Amino acid sequence: MRSYLKNILKWMDDRGGFSELLKPLTTHLVPPDATWNYVWGSATLFCLVLQVVTGISLGFLYQPSADVAYESLQYIENDAFLGSFIRGLHNWGASGMVFLMGIHMVRVYLNAAYKYPREMSWITGVILMAITIIMAFTGQLLRWDNNGVWSAVVAAEQMGRIPFIGKSISYFLLGGDTIGGETLNRFFSMHVFLFPALIFLMVTYHLYLVFRNGISEPPKAGRPVNPKTYRKWYEEMLQKKGVPFFPDALWRDAIFSALVLVVLLVLAFFVGAPALTTAPDMTNVNVDPKPDWYFTWIFALFALMPREIESYVMFFGPVIGIGLLFALPFLSNKGERSPLKRPWAVAGTLFIVLSISSLWYIGSIAPWSPRFDAEPLTKYTVPKASSQVERGIQLFNDEGCIYCHQIGEQGGIRGPNLTNVQNRLNKDQLIIRIVNGAENMPAYGGSLTKEELADIVEFLLQNQKK
Amino acid sequence: MCDCEEGQDKDTIKRRNFLTKLTSGIGMVIGAILAFPLITAMLDPVTRKKKQVWRRVGSMNDFKLGETKMVTFKSASPYTWSKKIANSAAYVRRESSNDFVAFSVNCAHLGCPVRWVEKSELFLCPCHGGVYYKDGSRAAGPPPRGLYRYPLRVKDEVLEIETQAIPITTMDA
Repeated sequence: MRSYLKNILKWMDDRGGFSELLKPLTTHLVPPDATWNYVWGSATLFCLVLQVVTGISLGFLYQPSADVAYESLQYIENDAFLGSFIRGLHNWGASGMVFLMGIHMVRVYLNAAYKYPREMSWITGVILMAITIIMAFTGQLLRWDNNGVWSAVVAAEQMGRIPFIGKSISYFLLGGDTIGGETLNRFFSMHVFLFPALIFLMVTYHLYLVFRNGISEPPKAGRPVNPKTYRKWYEEMLQKKGVPFFPDALWRDAIFSALVLVVLLVLAFFVGAPALTTAPDMTNVNVDPKPDWYFTWIFALFALMPREIESYVMFFGPVIGIGLLFALPFLSNKGERSPLKRPWAVAGTLFIVLSISSLWYIGSIAPWSPRFDAEPLTKYTVPKASSQVERGIQLFNDEGCIYCHQIGEQGGIRGPNLTNVQNRLNKDQLIIRIVNGAENMPAYGGSLTKEELADIVEFLLQNQKK
Repeated sequence: MCDCEEGQDKDTIKRRNFLTKLTSGIGMVIGAILAFPLITAMLDPVTRKKKQVWRRVGSMNDFKLGETKMVTFKSASPYTWSKKIANSAAYVRRESSNDFVAFSVNCAHLGCPVRWVEKSELFLCPCHGGVYYKDGSRAAGPPPRGLYRYPLRVKDEVLEIETQAIPITTMDA
């Protein structure tokens, strides 16, 4: 029996050529010291595989129609067997893919693995990064709750800043000049057919390049890359001390990917995907659109940028950023690879990581957003309030002051905390500020009567949280 | 370098050159033909002729003097299956007995829906903190301009709004 099975396998291999195909890959020599710092790319690829599997699973449950997509998500979340878990896994798989891709990229940059002869690996990597970001964005939109539809609008508005053709691209994205029956379907087709096809093409080529040009050896300070001699040197190094890719290198990738899987399973099960917001409805303005975490830093950037230059930054920022990434291997394709000899590269990376992290942090708080759900003040906010102060407190709620200003623990954080404003501004200064507004505060002169103004000012002068 | 092998005559090489060109030419034609349906399908919803239409949003008397009120109407979506998602909203303000203005709910910054805060007579945007006065002009925050407006008319005491594309703020705004 055993030999019978063996014969079948042998026949399949003889006619099918499986070992012929795989042998060059498994016996492919890699530098022996390419160890745990080389797992990031394969872990990103593992996440892609996970996304394909969970994505197909969701495809069996999801209805890609503007009319009922939201209902089908409710079904996935609440009724379908393991539906919520699958959606959670797809969500966290996407997060893992973006996160690991980022680390992979930083690793490659710090070790200058993009230098000769691996420039094309870097370039295809940048393209893959762009597609992955597009996938992350279109994916969060397919949730098609109010956050999803408004994400589509915000994306279209950003495209609008492209000179000359901006408007056309916006309406191209939306599938018409408003959100309609066609909008969701376009993003669905892009997320499920168009960009996955491009990812598969690019990943295949990206991997082929790894085999063709070899895994970059860990850099050593004082051993610069010389394009004239590098290939020969690399070949000789491999012949002398290279190890076969399988299993000497691949076992680490396997272990790390398994670890990633465990983390993602735990996150999917215990945390799950972001909760659905309300049903998509362009006539419901009581919404608070927020992007998923990948875009929180861009969301913050848009709120904080000086508005005179913002439209230009929205267009030139990505153009220059992506242009620089593409140009990198041409700007420096030889010389030192070790981060120890490239202090500016390290400093630049640190700067970018820190900037994005700070924007991320501030974006997660979003102090610039008015807090519509701020708990209103009561007359007890000021002990023994006079009737005028009580009216002032009521106005502070009704006029929406509280959406942006804190009194004690209550209120928004767009503007300054007004708990002890009487220590900073006197009566006249308060009146001037309220009536005329400031760069980021509307002028209330038109909407407050003289008496109302006096009431609010009286309250602010009184207000001392004991 | 010549990729010809020994013993090949000039005709064989010529023939091979011709066949190379022929094959790549056919490949390109096939590619172009296949790209055609893809591109037309992607463009159809965008290039489809759309006529903006006038929609009734209420009787003139529903709007009090100086009041700002939200109205909803169906956008000019050409698709029957759009259903509820094709509904749009606008803020209508009666400025005098015969003057009305209608503002788009989309913030001029990045399109999020602004909320009307009645008492302070301000429109507030939840996304990046844009603020507008009751006349639609920018009051604070990142928007580069005021709120967009809808064309509006009164016909037999009934207020009508002309549907519009979602306003896209361009770089020169």
